Amino acid sequence: MRSIIELKNVSKRFAGIKALNDVSIKISAGEVVGLIGDNGAGKSTLIKTLVGVHAPDSGSIEIRGDHVEGWNALKARNAGIETVFQDKALCPQQSIVWNIFMGKELTFPFGFVRQKEQVKIANRLIREIGLTSELIDAEAPVGNLSGGERQGVAIARAIFNEAELIVLDEPTNNLSLNETQKVFDFVGNVKNSGRSVLFIGHNIYHVYDISDRFIILDRGEVIHRLNKQEVSSAEKLMKIMRDTIKGH
Amino acid sequence: MLAKTKIPMPRFFHKNGRALGSMGYFLLLMLVFFIGAPEVWSRPNLHQSVFVMMPTLIFMVIPLVFLVTSGEIDLSFASTYGLSAYVFALLIKAGIDPFFAFAAGVCTGALVGATVGAIIVFGRLSSLVASLGVLFLIRGFLFVSTNSRSITLLDIDEHWMYPMLVGKVYGLPVQVLWAGAFVIFAYYLFNRHVFGIHVHHVGDNEVSAAQMGINVKAVKIKAFMFVGIGAAIAGMFTTLITYTFFPTQGFGYLLLALAAVFIGGTPYWGGIGTVVGAIFGVGVIAYMEIGVVAVGMSGTWRQFFNGLIILLALLGHRLHGDRVR
Repeated sequence: MRSIIELKNVSKRFAGIKALNDVSIKISAGEVVGLIGDNGAGKSTLIKTLVGVHAPDSGSIEIRGDHVEGWNALKARNAGIETVFQDKALCPQQSIVWNIFMGKELTFPFGFVRQKEQVKIANRLIREIGLTSELIDAEAPVGNLSGGERQGVAIARAIFNEAELIVLDEPTNNLSLNETQKVFDFVGNVKNSGRSVLFIGHNIYHVYDISDRFIILDRGEVIHRLNKQEVSSAEKLMKIMRDTIKGH
Repeated sequence: MLAKTKIPMPRFFHKNGRALGSMGYFLLLMLVFFIGAPEVWSRPNLHQSVFVMMPTLIFMVIPLVFLVTSGEIDLSFASTYGLSAYVFALLIKAGIDPFFAFAAGVCTGALVGATVGAIIVFGRLSSLVASLGVLFLIRGFLFVSTNSRSITLLDIDEHWMYPMLVGKVYGLPVQVLWAGAFVIFAYYLFNRHVFGIHVHHVGDNEVSAAQMGINVKAVKIKAFMFVGIGAAIAGMFTTLITYTFFPTQGFGYLLLALAAVFIGGTPYWGGIGTVVGAIFGVGVIAYMEIGVVAVGMSGTWRQFFNGLIILLALLGHRLHGDRVR
């Protein structure tokens, strides 16, 4: 399978503490990868390094086989990597449309924004996802929305940019069953369209159901890489995770 | 089937509530002054003197709306105002064409703004405290380098630029037209340009903006730079109007300009702001300066009423809601 992004021997320290230690992961086209690990395992640091929010202290990053220098969030987005962050990365005082196009506005020459076109697209996207009430339109402020609706806006942003890899950091946290199902449907649609998903979750059942393979992280290191064929159930995946973390 | 309303009125009020609130304070103030002294208030020359002062304030206040919306504040603009006017006056005295002197003054403002912004952003300093330091630093430099003496530019009105910038058209000061053009430009920059939209994002949630690839530091430095440019233009307009640069120039505008921003409906916490509201904020401040005397009160009451209206405006804007998180 064609590689989208590859992190090679990446390490990251915060105030002397090693958050990532010599981590190598690769995400290829059309796969759903589940990233699991206990609290403090380094999942968030790994995600933020992968999507350019943190610069690695050492190691290298390759995009579609090409080495990249000066990796940052804008480069990641331009490389077709979108992220639905755990905190959703929204600006609550701004409208839905400004949030969906945040950092990637549609513009006329000289940087003036194509507002009408953006509103039209944003209205279509939030209807497509279906997490937002029918009564809400794209010019409403995000601060008026519920948690699930805000997740819908964050997902709409990832869809609009037609990313080749979508990173979902704990996307089902605090969502109702119905809303969780809609997130699963979204992941299924992304996979069917030949794109990839990196799915991070605390809920092993959610991760197991949705992923093709799993990466288990502990104390900043990758301790397991498993294909779904190697793990017959979510319970077995949980057991593997517990046993290895204990012995690690 | 229900007909779809293009812009429902409640949405209009919600989006423009702060600007409308500022307009309300302005109209209320005008009404009070009108009732207090109808004869004085009907004299056109009273309003003309306000029109001379308002553009200067507008050049300073509108960029400050951008900066406060980005979550920062700058006090040094009051000294940048003086420094740019000093550079302008000095170059003219040295025989440089006033047009190029004006351009040099604008560049000085931009440079000072960008430097202040860079020091604050890269040094991770409090913008309030750091810009206070720069305010005194530049003002001190002006006193030292001018030996506290003013520079007079008596022949400046003979240059073609003078009537174009501060002349009169049908009795109206031309600077009002320049200020009008500046407001229209700033309105679109703030609400319809990538820079203005990023200013909103950065002030609302800096972390989210950075996660979405917005260069937070660059946006903030540009906002500081814009404040510097606005202050420079205001300073040089004042020098042109008065034919004089004086080393204390601009110091009196420090608190008045900031008051106009907040009366205008831009909250201190960042993420939202209003250019239209700021114009009414400027109107309130400019009319307050002459209105108190015009209704027959002593000028010593001016600061008291300025303070009162700031408090009333803040309480009024609070009705529009607290910060949404």
